[in-house]
Amino acid sequence: MSPPFPKPRPKNPQLRTPQLTLPPASRGRVALGLTAEAAEGRFALQVCEECGAVQYPPREACRVCLSHRLRWKAQAGGGVLLTSTTLNHSNDPYFRDRLPWRLGMVQLDVGPSVMAHLHGDVALPTQPGENVRVRVTTRLDRSGKAVMVALPEQETPHMSDDPLLREMGSDPRYRKVLVTDGKSAVGQALIKALIAAGAERIWAGQTEPWKAAPGLDELAKLPQVTLVPLDVGQERSVIELAGQIGGKVDILINNAEMHRTFGITGRRGVEVARAEMEVNYFGLLRLAQAFGPVLRARAADGPAHATAWVNLLSIFALANWPAQGTFSASKAAAYSLAQALRADMRGSGIHVLNVFPGPLDDEWNQPMPPPKLAPSALANAIVKALRDGVEDIYPGDIAQDWLTRWRDNPKVLERELSAGAM
Amino acid sequence: MADLGKRNGYQGVAVAVPVTVPYTRYSTHGAHWFIGHALKALIDNSGIDKAEIDGLVVSSFSLAPDTAVGVTQHLGVSPRWLDHVPTGGASGVMGLRRAARAVQAGDAHIVACIAADTNHVDSFRQTLNSFSHFARDATYPYGAGGPNSMFAFITAHYMRQYGATREDFGRIAVSQRANALKNPNALMKKPLSMDEYIQAKAISDPIHLFDCVMPCAGADAFLVMSEAKARELGLPHALLHGAIERHNAYADDPVMVRGGWRMDRDELYAQAGVRPEQIDFVQTYDDYPVIVMMQFEDLGFCEKGEGPAFVRQHTLTHDGTFPNNTSGGQLSIGQAGAAGGYVGMVEAIRQLTGAAGPRSVAQAKLGLVAGFGMVTYDRCLCTGAVILGSSTDPRAHSHSLPPEGAHASFEAARQEA
Repeated sequence: MSPPFPKPRPKNPQLRTPQLTLPPASRGRVALGLTAEAAEGRFALQVCEECGAVQYPPREACRVCLSHRLRWKAQAGGGVLLTSTTLNHSNDPYFRDRLPWRLGMVQLDVGPSVMAHLHGDVALPTQPGENVRVRVTTRLDRSGKAVMVALPEQETPHMSDDPLLREMGSDPRYRKVLVTDGKSAVGQALIKALIAAGAERIWAGQTEPWKAAPGLDELAKLPQVTLVPLDVGQERSVIELAGQIGGKVDILINNAEMHRTFGITGRRGVEVARAEMEVNYFGLLRLAQAFGPVLRARAADGPAHATAWVNLLSIFALANWPAQGTFSASKAAAYSLAQALRADMRGSGIHVLNVFPGPLDDEWNQPMPPPKLAPSALANAIVKALRDGVEDIYPGDIAQDWLTRWRDNPKVLERELSAGAM
Repeated sequence: MADLGKRNGYQGVAVAVPVTVPYTRYSTHGAHWFIGHALKALIDNSGIDKAEIDGLVVSSFSLAPDTAVGVTQHLGVSPRWLDHVPTGGASGVMGLRRAARAVQAGDAHIVACIAADTNHVDSFRQTLNSFSHFARDATYPYGAGGPNSMFAFITAHYMRQYGATREDFGRIAVSQRANALKNPNALMKKPLSMDEYIQAKAISDPIHLFDCVMPCAGADAFLVMSEAKARELGLPHALLHGAIERHNAYADDPVMVRGGWRMDRDELYAQAGVRPEQIDFVQTYDDYPVIVMMQFEDLGFCEKGEGPAFVRQHTLTHDGTFPNNTSGGQLSIGQAGAAGGYVGMVEAIRQLTGAAGPRSVAQAKLGLVAGFGMVTYDRCLCTGAVILGSSTDPRAHSHSLPPEGAHASFEAARQEA
């Protein structure tokens, strides 16, 4: 079993902050398919649509029948560990910092042999012919590229504390988190989920602190929680908070949003739409400029280094839902900006998680019929996504339904939505 | 039609003028510098005019973005036959095979075969990262150990499968070091004991320091011409008796336990008209000792799985019962990139022409040189081997007799066509 991850000791301010190194990031275009699947938490391999042969490493043509029709298909990942090694020398600075490092060669039940990072709890075969079963999956490494990971077939105690998995996720345990809006139902659910996940400290932003927020006072009494004034719609507010706590934040969760439920002809003027953009789009931009650089600078700062940035977007960012036309547009703008943020952060080892929920079960969606996403379910999905290191999640039945339809044919979805469908 | 699968013979092809541009750990020169030195050495040592060299085959990793054709302008040569063989450890065997055919066909009279690579301080890491599409996508991101980790897999698997121990591999490395001490070009100058081999630091378990080659800069080269031409020029030479190559063999073996030599070895020995036990020395490709052991098996010197017993039964030094890598091999000379695929070839020519000095194999008449190259993903893809013979060995002349069966001569085949 893995030893439990110990609570990191307080940082010695006299020591140099370690600088970030990243694992090799270069991949070919075809191989990026593995990353695209892993980014959503799927382990998939190319499968030949003509002869069914499973391929690895990624290819341009089937190695059996030469068909070019290779599709990424989800795989169970079961296999046998054929051979392994412990690396004590590496040519790459990232791995040099982390030696010794275990590697294995696994023959998947579906055919190919794959080289994989080996979890510490995988036992080694000792006899000829002895089969050690493992479960192979993909994770995004700190360069944001998919790598194969071979795990014990059965769950082991403290399995996620293995340095390998910690390195390939953003586990909130012993980390300090800023939740930009602590007042909303989602914000409060996030605070609870983060405490349950072992976060060391949570700063909960609150706009207009003089206005009561039911539930928040109770949460604020918890030792891990500190309320901080924050209005992402105000440049000064964001900069002031970054000056106070920016150098300590390990995970930033931007859940602040302005949500009004109008179509574009439902109300005259642009003030509400502008207010949505101020929070949903410019708010993200302000946070990125104020917190981004310092987060990046601490991406290798000890065992609980700065690690992740979470954007609460909306499934309406993919395709506009006319009933909430301006809100959808502001989320689409935020999504586009979040892609730029991810590109900006990736080279610095900070993982950007984009969250695309369907309609939440909150006050602004009060007239909508179910299924609606409970704030606690959203919060738990975010914490799990942080642990697993995935990049995009679409929590809830409506988000999954929209995603499927959008992937199938965005134009058909647009027509369905414009006809008033959900 | 039964003969369609058989290669034509290699009668009448001579290899001569083995040259080595001294190896250095690092160099600030480019690959062209080493290729130029090698070509000059070929000319100086043979007395052949530069313009008479009408064929050129080049192997190099560090030549990019140039290929062999860029070399022609750089060095001011105008060959009428040219090849670029970018297959690393198999480049010696493959270059010779191609040059031999060019000479037999009259496409070229004198072919310069050159392998050269430079080594800058960060070359090796950069070569690994960009070595192949599969390496970039599926091995380098896993620890960036380069071939060490893949051969650690292969070695660990072989040890478990066939009961080989580190001492068995140590016998190979230690014997080669003893040979290297009699080779002034070897970068390793100190003796290596079994104890030092075993105690060496782990690199990628079970691979330890002395299982690994040291990347360096240097070049090796030789000339290929007809036997008649070599005699006319009065050059000491060896004769090519047989040659095979195979790529991506046994692709369905989940881990490499055998190499492509095994698929073609019967034909290799049939071409040469000899049996394995008649071979006086072997120059195996020694990127890692486990591969040397596999070659002993797959080239027919013992059965699969008997490699460990074989090395326990034999002494592997140049004066031993089974001389292997008599120059010290890459493990003790250093690996100058693609020149690592030439080390065995130039040494075999030296042995067969009486130019091996204090490390000579007594009365060496027949030598086998094997090549192995290009780990693009989980195994080396190219395998090859040649049998070379002394020009004074009476067996050599048997091949000028009219051919029969597998030994159909080139001329006979052409007449049939």
